[in-house]
Parts: sequence; structure tokens; C-alpha cells
Amino acid sequence: MKRAIKPEEAAEMIPEGAVLLIGGFMGVGSPHRMIDAIVARGVGGLTIVCNDTCRPGQGVGKLVDAGLVARAVVSHIGLNPVAQKKMLAGEMAVELVPQGTLVERIRAGGVGLGGVLTPTGVGTLVEEGKQVLDIDGRRFLLERPIRGDFALLDARQSDYVGNLEYSLTAHNFNPVMALAADTVIAEPHHIMPVGVIPPDAVKTPGVLVDYILERAH
Amino acid sequence: MDDREIIARRVAQEVRDGMLVNLGIGLPSLVAGYVPADRHVFFQAENGVIGLGARPPEGMEERDLTDAGGGFVTAVPGAASIDSAMSFGLIRGGHLDMTVLGGLQVDERGYLANWMVPGQMVPGMGGAMDLVAGARRVVVAMLHTARGVPKIVPECTLPLTAARRVSLIVTEMAVIEPTEAGLVLREHAPGVSVEQICAATAAALVILGDVAPMNLG
Repeated sequence: MKRAIKPEEAAEMIPEGAVLLIGGFMGVGSPHRMIDAIVARGVGGLTIVCNDTCRPGQGVGKLVDAGLVARAVVSHIGLNPVAQKKMLAGEMAVELVPQGTLVERIRAGGVGLGGVLTPTGVGTLVEEGKQVLDIDGRRFLLERPIRGDFALLDARQSDYVGNLEYSLTAHNFNPVMALAADTVIAEPHHIMPVGVIPPDAVKTPGVLVDYILERAH
Repeated sequence: MDDREIIARRVAQEVRDGMLVNLGIGLPSLVAGYVPADRHVFFQAENGVIGLGARPPEGMEERDLTDAGGGFVTAVPGAASIDSAMSFGLIRGGHLDMTVLGGLQVDERGYLANWMVPGQMVPGMGGAMDLVAGARRVVVAMLHTARGVPKIVPECTLPLTAARRVSLIVTEMAVIEPTEAGLVLREHAPGVSVEQICAATAAALVILGDVAPMNLG
């Protein structure tokens, strides 16, 4: 049985300068109530690892708006002019990572691998400063693992032991991030008694989840 | 028929029965509307769905069912929702038959630049680098020039998306196939002469015998 916590309790666990893995793709599959609570608390210097910086006023874009993000590790900032402005002004560091590389780096961090070898980015700016390995005549970049202090996840539903089931395109980075942080907090839309989610439908086993957010009031 | 429709119609002829196809945001997304009815294909949206469908009816949008641009979509019978690791595993692993992307420049090597203009536009590569590195066929769908400036150039001056020769370039003027011997002019659009195409192209074009008229379906 997992403890259900309030969004404010989740935000209070997060210290200044923490590394947050946050699920979502343009805000779809992001833990919106936790993001709001972090903004309300106002602790900054955060590193966010997320697919994108969403849009101003939406999803993780709210953390950027509030000036709480010191560093963003993302694949795309193109739909967030605030993020672009802060990057150019030097107020927020941005590490742009190809989307498929980003998810595999997080997976590597979560499953105990020392990195991944990918053909993506070979011969481009992404190659700069990285080791290139020749494997059977093909060139691959060595990309390092990513881990977070916290993974903040969205899920369609959880049961009392924290098993998670996701919804349509709201899966995205959530199942992978569940493996790659010291503390994993899930924000399910529904919380069900054990047994409601069939074992075959569980994408993230509850053993990975430390806390679930209490139901929305 | 406007320029974008010419491009979309011609690219649609490249779609073969049984393919898994990824269409980029913007112009490439128009291709879906012109695929011949006898060709059964699955469209992938890299944020996590195979079997992307049309826009939902007004007022019936599902929050957790969007395309890679964040727009609401539907899913077709036989669709599957997947997480980002699976999605990019399909892309990088050679399971994606074709990707259609926009372009800023393509050069005589067939290399594509489509993700940034240093100092002006730094949106991030999103999934583009993985798509170009990993898809079996890469089709670039773009206008032939940008405000009169040729986009098909001897060597890309913008940062590359991948050091890989793309499969085909389709513009409103021509169909060009990058090969080991250079950029081969395969087809011309209705009413466009070979001389006009050459004049709008900064790169050298290889002309082998007849240049066929474009098949617009």
C-alpha cells in the first residue's frame, strides 16, 4: 500500500537545485497538479529533463515562466518563446538532445547501463565532444545515462500498491522515467483498489513508485 | 493546385501498401490526405501512436490523443499506443518504412539540414535526427526555394540533421533523387521546364535522358 500525498507535500520534498524527470509531450502526459504546486512553492535552480518545454503557461512551461529552471535537458523548445528568450539571455541553460537519444539515455540511467550507442547525431553538431565508436563498420555515438532526483509522472490510473496504467499518447516518457529517479511520484487520474488493473495492463510495476498523489478534489 | 498540394500529392505516390509511415508537422502532414485509397498504411506519430487518424469531430477531442505537434487526432482500427522508447525503437531500428520531413537545405551529397538556423532559430531537433538516421526511406517535402533563394545547394551551410543521403526530394517544381553520382532530376512539375528547375537550383543536377512529368495521382 502506497501513501497518497497532497501536491504540496510532493513539492515540499523537492529541494533547490534538484534534477526532475518530468513526463509529457507538449503537456500531454505531464503531472499538471504537481507542476502547479512546485510553481506555488517557488523553489528554483531546478534541472528539468523532459521531452520539450511545452508552451508558455502550459505544462512544464509554467516552471520556465516562473524562472525556476536553471537547466533544461529537452529535445525541443520551438513552441516556447519564453524558453528561447531565457536561453538566449543566458538565464536558462538548454541541452538539446535528439528525442530518441533522450529517452534511451534515461532508460540507460534507469536500467543500470553505462550509456547507449546510437547512430543518431553522427556527423552533426550533436557529435561534438562525444566518443565515436566503430561497431562492425558502423559509427555510433556514446551517449551517457541520465538519472534524476525525482521522477514526476502522469498516469491514467494507479492502484493502491502503485501499479500504473497509462493512456494513449500520454505514455510517452513516463514509463521510462519511472525507472530512473531516486524518488518516483505518480499523479494518476484515478486510484483504484488492488485488482482493478489487470497484471497484463500494468506498464509500471508499483515497486518502482514511492508515492501517489491523492485524488483531485 | 497550389504548391503545397502539388508536393503532397506527389509524395503520396511514394506510399506503398502495408507501409509504416511517419509524417512531419506542417506540409508533410498533408500527404495523408492524398494517399491512394487502395493503399492500407499505418501512420506513426512519434509521441506514441501507430495508426494515426483524422481530426476528431468538434467537441469530441480526447486530451490524451494528440499528434507530435500537440494537435488532437483520432486513431484508426488496429491502432496501438506506445511509449517513447518503443516509438524511437521503431524509428531507429529500421521498422519505419518511410519518413516525410520538411527541409531548409539539401545538398549534392543528399544531406539534409532542417533543424536550426544558428543565431535565428534554435527550436531543437525533436525527433528529426532519429527519423533521418533511422527510417528506411527519407523523403524531403519542401518548397524549391525560400523567398527566391535556392534550398538545394552544393553543400549545406546550415547544421546537418544527419550525415545520411536522403532517398528523395519532392518540391513544387521537381522530383530529385540523390544518388552516389549526384542529384538526379527525375521529374518536372506540370508547366515547369528543366531550364526553370536548373535556374532555381544552386546545386548541380544530373540529367539522365528524359525527365518525366510528375505523377500527381
